[in-house]
Amino acid sequence: MTSALRGGGVPNLGAADFGPSVDLPVVPDAIETTSPGGRISRADVAHLARLARLAVTEDELDTFAGQLDVILGAVARVGEVAAADIPPTSHAVLMTNVFRPDRVYPSLPREAVLAGAPDVEDDKFRVPRILDEEA
Amino acid sequence: MTVAYEDVLTRYEPVIGLETHVELGTASKMFCGCSTVFGADPNTHTCPVCLGLPGALPVANEQAIESTIRIGLALNCSIAEWCRFARKNYFYPDMPKNFQTSQYDEPLCVEGYLDVQVDGQTVRVGIERVHLEEDTGKNTHVGTSGRIHGADHSLVDYNRAGIPLVEIVTKPVAGTGALAPAVAKAYVTELREILRTLGVSDVRMEQGSLRCDVNTSLNRIGAGEFGTRTETKNVNSLRSVERAVRSEMIRQGVLLDAGERIVQETRHFSEVTGDTRPGRSKEEATDYRYFPEPDLVPIAPDQAWVERLRVGLPELPAARRIRLQAALGVSEDEMQHLANAGVVDLVGATVDAGAPIGEARNWWLGYLLQKANTGELDPADLGVSPAQVARLIALVADGSLSVALARQVVDGVLETGADVDAVIAERGLAVVSDTAALQKAADDAIAANPDVADKVRGGKAAAVGALVGAVMKATRGQADAAAVRAILLERLGVSE
Amino acid sequence: MSELIRLTAAEIATKISAGDVSAVEVAEAHLARISEVDDSVHAFLHIDTEGALRAAAKVDADRRAGLPLGPLAGVPLAMKDVVVTKGLPTTAGSKILEGWRPPYDATITRRIKDAGIVMLGKTNMDEFAMGSSTENSAYGPTCNPWDLTRIPGGSSGGSSAAVAAFEAPLSIGTDTGGSIRQPAAVTGIVGHKPTYGAVSRYGLIAFSSSLDQAGPFGRTVLDTALLHEVMAGHDPADSTSIPGPVAPVVAAAREGAQGRLDGVRVGVVRELGLSDPSGYQTGVLSSFNAAVETLRGLGADVVEVSCPHFQYALAAYYLIAPSECSSNLARFDSVRYGLRVGDDGVNSLEDVMSLTREAGFGAEVKRRIIIGTYALSSGYYDAYYGQAQKVRTLIARDFAAAFEQADVLVSPTSPFVAFGIGERMGDPMAMYVNDLCTLPASLAGTPAISVPCGLSEGLPVGMQIMAPALADDRCYRVAAAFEAAVEPVLASIPELSR
Repeated sequence: MTSALRGGGVPNLGAADFGPSVDLPVVPDAIETTSPGGRISRADVAHLARLARLAVTEDELDTFAGQLDVILGAVARVGEVAAADIPPTSHAVLMTNVFRPDRVYPSLPREAVLAGAPDVEDDKFRVPRILDEEA
Repeated sequence: MTVAYEDVLTRYEPVIGLETHVELGTASKMFCGCSTVFGADPNTHTCPVCLGLPGALPVANEQAIESTIRIGLALNCSIAEWCRFARKNYFYPDMPKNFQTSQYDEPLCVEGYLDVQVDGQTVRVGIERVHLEEDTGKNTHVGTSGRIHGADHSLVDYNRAGIPLVEIVTKPVAGTGALAPAVAKAYVTELREILRTLGVSDVRMEQGSLRCDVNTSLNRIGAGEFGTRTETKNVNSLRSVERAVRSEMIRQGVLLDAGERIVQETRHFSEVTGDTRPGRSKEEATDYRYFPEPDLVPIAPDQAWVERLRVGLPELPAARRIRLQAALGVSEDEMQHLANAGVVDLVGATVDAGAPIGEARNWWLGYLLQKANTGELDPADLGVSPAQVARLIALVADGSLSVALARQVVDGVLETGADVDAVIAERGLAVVSDTAALQKAADDAIAANPDVADKVRGGKAAAVGALVGAVMKATRGQADAAAVRAILLERLGVSE
Repeated sequence: MSELIRLTAAEIATKISAGDVSAVEVAEAHLARISEVDDSVHAFLHIDTEGALRAAAKVDADRRAGLPLGPLAGVPLAMKDVVVTKGLPTTAGSKILEGWRPPYDATITRRIKDAGIVMLGKTNMDEFAMGSSTENSAYGPTCNPWDLTRIPGGSSGGSSAAVAAFEAPLSIGTDTGGSIRQPAAVTGIVGHKPTYGAVSRYGLIAFSSSLDQAGPFGRTVLDTALLHEVMAGHDPADSTSIPGPVAPVVAAAREGAQGRLDGVRVGVVRELGLSDPSGYQTGVLSSFNAAVETLRGLGADVVEVSCPHFQYALAAYYLIAPSECSSNLARFDSVRYGLRVGDDGVNSLEDVMSLTREAGFGAEVKRRIIIGTYALSSGYYDAYYGQAQKVRTLIARDFAAAFEQADVLVSPTSPFVAFGIGERMGDPMAMYVNDLCTLPASLAGTPAISVPCGLSEGLPVGMQIMAPALADDRCYRVAAAFEAAVEPVLASIPELSR
C-alpha cells in the first residue's frame, strides 16, 4: 500500500491510498500544493552533490531534482516574513564566553585512534591518491 | 634581472598584502585538551574532539582567546565586543571534520596598523583583521617525489589537527614602489618581533609556527584601475618573503607588458629557483558555505579584561628600539642598520652583559652576521649568546685574545656548542705573550729570510710584514701581530 | 518473571533497593521479553546481554555491600543508537557506521552507567535521526507494538517501541524536530524534549547541532522525570550546556500526581489544530479536545493563544536542520572510521569519498545534505539559512508573548496516529508534516513533553505540553496531573504475538 511517487506538487492524500480503517486528512495548507517547478535543476543537484562529495546516480538526480524542487518551494516561505530588522537566533538560552583553561589532558591511546580506521600504514591513516591540492 | 625590476617600476605600481598564520604556544589544543608538543609519534596527541569523531564537541581554549586579543592590541586593533566562530566547509583528508572552525565575518580583532621602517621611511601597514582558528593535520604523500603530484597514496597524522592558529591579514599596501619587497620583509620581521615579545608563539618560520602568504598585484601607473592579485604560498623565511614579492612583480610586469592578463591564482614559492610556480588551477572557486558555529557560543570579551590585557602588554619592539637607541647612544640611522640586520636585541643584551656598545655592534654587524648569513640563519639562532660575545670582547680587551683568535673561538663555539672558556681551554687558544719565546721566533724568522731582513734594515720598514707572517705561522696565529712586529723591528735595530 | 516487565521504573528501583528482587533477575526478565518479541518489533539493533548482566550484578553487589544506590539503580534502559557507547556498536541507523565501536562514551552514557542503570542495548532509528517513522533506518523499520503493520514514529522509533512493548521500562531518544515526542505519542508512552542545553550533547552523533537534544522515554510521567534527572545537568565538554541546576522535574511530577491544577493557565495554540483543522485527523482532534477539558476539570484556566509565526516553523526547520546536517555529516568520508567503498588502487580519494557516501547514506540523508548545501551556498545564505534563523527569533517571540498569557501551552503532539509502514515513504513532504506541532518548540529550544491522552480508532494519541525555557518542571507537573486523571492508555495495548 505504498504511495506512488508523484512528480512535483504535494498530493492530496485520500482514503484510498491508505487502509480504510483510519481517516486521514489532506496535507495542511502550510505547504504549497502547486508545483513551483524549475527552482532547482538536475544540473544544480549534480553540482551540489559534487560539493557535498555525493556520487549520486542518474536516477537519483531525476528523483531528487523533483523532490527538492517541492521542498524548496515549501521552505522558501521563510522569505514571506518581513524580518529585515530581526536578529537571528541560534540558541534558546543566551550564553557567551564558555571556555576551558589551557590544561593538557591524556589523549586517546593510539590503538583506539586507529582501531576503527579502514586503512592504516606507519601508524597513520592511509588514503588513496589525493587530487586536490591543499587549500 | 635588476634591470627588468626597475623597468617594471617605471610603468607599474605594486600593491602587496600579507596573510600570516601564527601557531600559538598554548599547552593544549584550541578545542580540546590534547598536548601541542611538537614531534610526537603520529596520532598520539588526538582525542574524539580533534579527530572529529561522531558526537564530539569543541570547547574553546581561554588562553588562545587571550593571546589573540593581546596580538590585536599590540597591532592597535579594536577588539570585538561580541563575535562568533564560524564553520568553513570543505573536504580534505587532513581536516577531521571536513570543516575548519574559524572566524568569518566576525573576527576577534579589526582595524589596526603596524608601522615599519624601510630605507629611512615609515610605512604604515594597515591590519584588516586578526582572528582565531584551528590548524589541520598533516598529510605525507607517498610516491616517488614526496610531493602530491604523482603520489601513489597519502598518510595522515592528526597530531597537529586542532592546534590554535591566529590569522593576521593586512590591508592592501600601496605606494611603496621599489620598496615593496623590502616593506613585505620588514612587516614580517617586525610582526615576528612583536609576537616573540608577547610570548604567544615561538614564531619559527622554518618550523611552520609562523607562515606567510603574500599577495601581489601591479597597477598600471595612471590607469586608475586595480590589477589582479596572485597569492604566493610556501614562503618560509624572511628572505623568501622579499624574493617572492620581487619575483612576482617582475613576472606580472613582463606578462602585462606583453598584453597578457594576470590569472588570479595561488602560486608556490620555490626556494631553489627564487620564483613562483602556479598551483594546480581549480575548476571553480571554492564556496566555503560559512555559517556561525552552532557548537560554540559567542565570545564577548569583558571590557575590563581587555583593558587589563592592554595595560599589561610588555614593551613592544618599536618602543624598545627607541629606548635602546638612547641607552646605547647611537643615531637613528645606526639603529635602523641594527634593526635591519635583526641584531638590535642581541647588541642590547651584549651591552647589558658588560660590553661597550662599539665592540658589541662591531661583532654583531661583522663576523657574527657574516656567519649567520653563510648558514642562512637569523643571528639570534646562530648559537652564540650575547653573554658569550660580551665575554669574548672582554678577553680581547684584556689582551688574552687577539681578534683573530676570538674569531677562532666563535668558530669553536658554533661547532661544538660549548661555551667560550671551554673552547679556549680545549683548543689552547691564547695569545702568546711570552717575550722570550717571541724573540726567539723573531730571530728564527730573520735568520730564515735574510733578504727581507736586509730590506728592512735598508729602510723599508713595511717589508717586515713578511717576517710578521712567518712568526705568526710559527706561533699558529696565537701571537699578537702588533707585538711581533715591534719585536722584529727591535731585533733588526730599526725604529719606526 | 513476566510481572517484572509490567512494573514501572520507580517500582523496580524500589524493589531492588529493598532486596525484594535482584537487578540480575530484572535484567534477565527484560532480556527474555526482548527475545520473545523483538523479532516482531525490531526495536533493537544491538543487544548487550553480557554488559547488561554485568551492570546488574554490580548493582546487586553494591546493595549487598550496603553502598548507597541511585534512584534508578538496576533499572533496565534502551539507548537510541545515535548515542555513542564505548565498545558497543553505534550506527546512528546508517550503513556508513556499520560495525563502528566508539572509543569513548557519551556524557549521558557515563551518567546512566554511574547511576547503576542497566543498559540492555541500542535501539533502531531513522538514519542520522532524519525522519518521523524509523523507516529511514538502513537496518529495516521498527514496528509499532500497537499494530505491527504501522510505524512507531521517528526518529526515536526503536526507543519508543521498546518501552511500549515492555522490553524496557525506560529508554533514551533524541529530539531535533519532534523525534522523541512524536514516537511517544504514536506508541502511547511519555516522552520529553528538554530545554535545549539542559542535557549534554557530548557523544550524541550530531544531526542539527542547534536543535538536537537527548531526552527520556517512560511509560509514566514519574519514570520519565526520574530518568530526566539522571541525564540532565551541566557538562563542561559541551559548550552549549546550560550551567545552573537541573529543573526539579521529579518533585514536579510528584506534585502534579496529587491531581489539581487550580490557577494554572493552559494556553491552547490556535495555529496548532484550531484555526485550520484540515491537516489533522478528526480522532486526534477530538482526543485532544477531551484532554483539554480534563485539564479544565482539574482547575486549570484554559485560554486560547495565537502564535502567528508557527506557520513558518516547518519551512524554517527544513532549512536550518539540513544546513547544519550537511556540515555535521561531512566527516563521514571513509578516512578515519566507518565504511570505505571503491578503494581499488585506481580511484582517487575524492572518488572514494563520493562512492562511500553514496553507498553509505540513504535517500533522506542525501536529500537533506543537498538541501543544506544549497541553503548555505554563497548567494543563497541570506535568503535561506540566514532568513530561517530570523524566523526562529520570531517564533521564540511568539512563545514569549504566549507565555505571558499562559503558564503552559498545549497542542496535539502529532496531526496523525501511527500510519502504515510504507505509506508516506514516496513523498518527503508527506512525511515532514508529522512534525507540524513539535517544530515550534524545537526551534525556540523550549521544553515540551508528550503524554498519552487517548485513542483514536484504537491507536494512541498524544498531547503536547510546552513550557518556557528552563521550566521543564512545568511540563512534568501538568503531565502528571493529567495522567492521574485519566485511564492509562497503555493498558489497552494489544498483546504482541510472534
